[in-house]
Amino acid sequence: MKYFYLIFSGLKRKKMRTGLTILSIMVAFILFGYLTAIRQAFDAGVEVAGADRLIVRHKVSIIQLLPQSYEAKMERIDGVDNAAHTTWFGGIYQEPKNFFAQLAIVPEELFDMFPEFVISDEHKAAWLETRNGVLVGRRLADRFNWKLGDRIPINATIWGKKDGGRTWEFDLVAIYEGAEKGTDTSQFFFRYDFFDETRAGGTGQVGWYTVRITDPDKATEVAAAIDAEFANSAFETKTEPEGAFIQGFANQIGNIGFIIMSIMSAVFFTILLVAGNTMAYTVRERTNELAVLKAIGFTDRAVLGLVLGESLALTFVGGAVGLGLAWLLVSTGDPTGGSFPVFYLPTRDLFVGALLIMAMAFIAGIIPALQAQKLQIADALRR
Amino acid sequence: MTDDSVDGALVKVHGVDKLFKRGSEVIHVLGGLDLNIPHGEFLALMGPSGSGKSTLLNLIGGLDRPSEGTIEVGGKRIDKLSNRKLAGWRARHVGLVFQFYNLMPVLSAQKNVELPLLLTKLSRAERKKRAAIALDVVGLSHRTGHYPRQLSGGEQQRTGIARAIVTDPTLLLCDEPTGDLDRKSGDEILDLLQALNKEQGKTIIMVTHDIHAAARATRTLHLNKGRLSTEAIA
Repeated sequence: MKYFYLIFSGLKRKKMRTGLTILSIMVAFILFGYLTAIRQAFDAGVEVAGADRLIVRHKVSIIQLLPQSYEAKMERIDGVDNAAHTTWFGGIYQEPKNFFAQLAIVPEELFDMFPEFVISDEHKAAWLETRNGVLVGRRLADRFNWKLGDRIPINATIWGKKDGGRTWEFDLVAIYEGAEKGTDTSQFFFRYDFFDETRAGGTGQVGWYTVRITDPDKATEVAAAIDAEFANSAFETKTEPEGAFIQGFANQIGNIGFIIMSIMSAVFFTILLVAGNTMAYTVRERTNELAVLKAIGFTDRAVLGLVLGESLALTFVGGAVGLGLAWLLVSTGDPTGGSFPVFYLPTRDLFVGALLIMAMAFIAGIIPALQAQKLQIADALRR
Repeated sequence: MTDDSVDGALVKVHGVDKLFKRGSEVIHVLGGLDLNIPHGEFLALMGPSGSGKSTLLNLIGGLDRPSEGTIEVGGKRIDKLSNRKLAGWRARHVGLVFQFYNLMPVLSAQKNVELPLLLTKLSRAERKKRAAIALDVVGLSHRTGHYPRQLSGGEQQRTGIARAIVTDPTLLLCDEPTGDLDRKSGDEILDLLQALNKEQGKTIIMVTHDIHAAARATRTLHLNKGRLSTEAIA
């Protein structure tokens, strides 16, 4: 503690250089925080995916439908606890940019299959009583400022109605919250019975199944059994863990994690050079002062510690402010205007950021610190 | 080679050689040097540039190590101490005054003087108090909050002396303490050193080119080509 003022006074020496270096580090950490939140948005579904859930889809493509009758057959397979089907609606609310997932599902199956969606009993009852009722996530409701009782028109792009119309009207009767921070609360669920009776075609067919299995360790065997059950039928299936299924969706855009990691690596490498350069100059300019410190009794190790402490102070100020600003920026909302299912900076990544700060401080400071440690007093005093 | 053999001397330098290597060239800066310095002496070391004055001072202060020979200060062989122990020994027993003051420009006079006390277990309040006393001794109690750039050369050197005496060291080593000062400021510094020697009994070794400065010492030794060649009693 008593050395703090010595460390900070070193940084005050060249205020402009220190300021610019801190600014560079700050920008790097803002970028880190923001890109981490974006990566999290893509990975969120994977992370909260149930380990005991499999997704069963058409073998050819997710857009090919499966018979509703598969549900009962699947539930008879050894290791399958329960199955629930979901169908993609793909409608437009007001204009195409207002994208969100609209899904037809059986309410009771949703309640049972997805405990991460927290719904009050009152809202559950309201949804069960209202055929054109809709359950939406809190984030989605907030995004469009929807309130219970609102009527929400959705223009169908896939599913026309039997009466020839393409506008489906849903009554907002229930809102769900997320059990975890990463739970997707941007979805729009409506009743499958209403959907199946109203749509012009595809009756009795569903998009995909979510299957809960009794033993997650046997996921591979159960997935193989499900696919075997429907092999050589008109609707062959492909079964995979829920996490892999969601990851596959994200990967349609590209390997987001890799892209983000590449950008961050380049940024951090550059900033590391900037910080390292600052520390190298700092030590070189103060050779004489460091020698004086040693002359009056500071040990080699104490001088090493002082230089590393200075490096840590430099990166900590920049990094902490950068992470704080990133957190604030992320808190203001996602850059797509709400298309990301989740958008937040996870606590885990704040810790990763803190570790990065320390790593950067160490790497940037260690060589100048070792040089300072090895400084020969008599030689350095002559310079 | 000349030596005052004094039993129980504070500083005992025996058979000291100091070689420097510059590429393949070996430079003998000090050769077979013997020297005893008793407690309470104010010794001036004179000699031309390159004669080894500062090197000898550095060796006695534990800032450097001899190539050969032994150095004993206060009964302790300092040439055998590890770097860590030597640093601790310097912190406790040596006060250093430099020609160019070597103050930390970003620290106030008070904080500069406190620096050696950071190595002690003293509380912050105690460090502050002792630094204030040291600054008072050198007549700078009114300049404690000033930064080196706000002080004159003489005042900076006084601050340097306050830093050197704040830990109450056994030895004060001064390398050209008046070399960067005008005559008046130089005289004030010499008055101060003399007072520290006479009133507080500090043992002082001062390297100087200035015969007037050397005249303030109780003994003057001359170094030439790494050997103590003559001495004069002031």
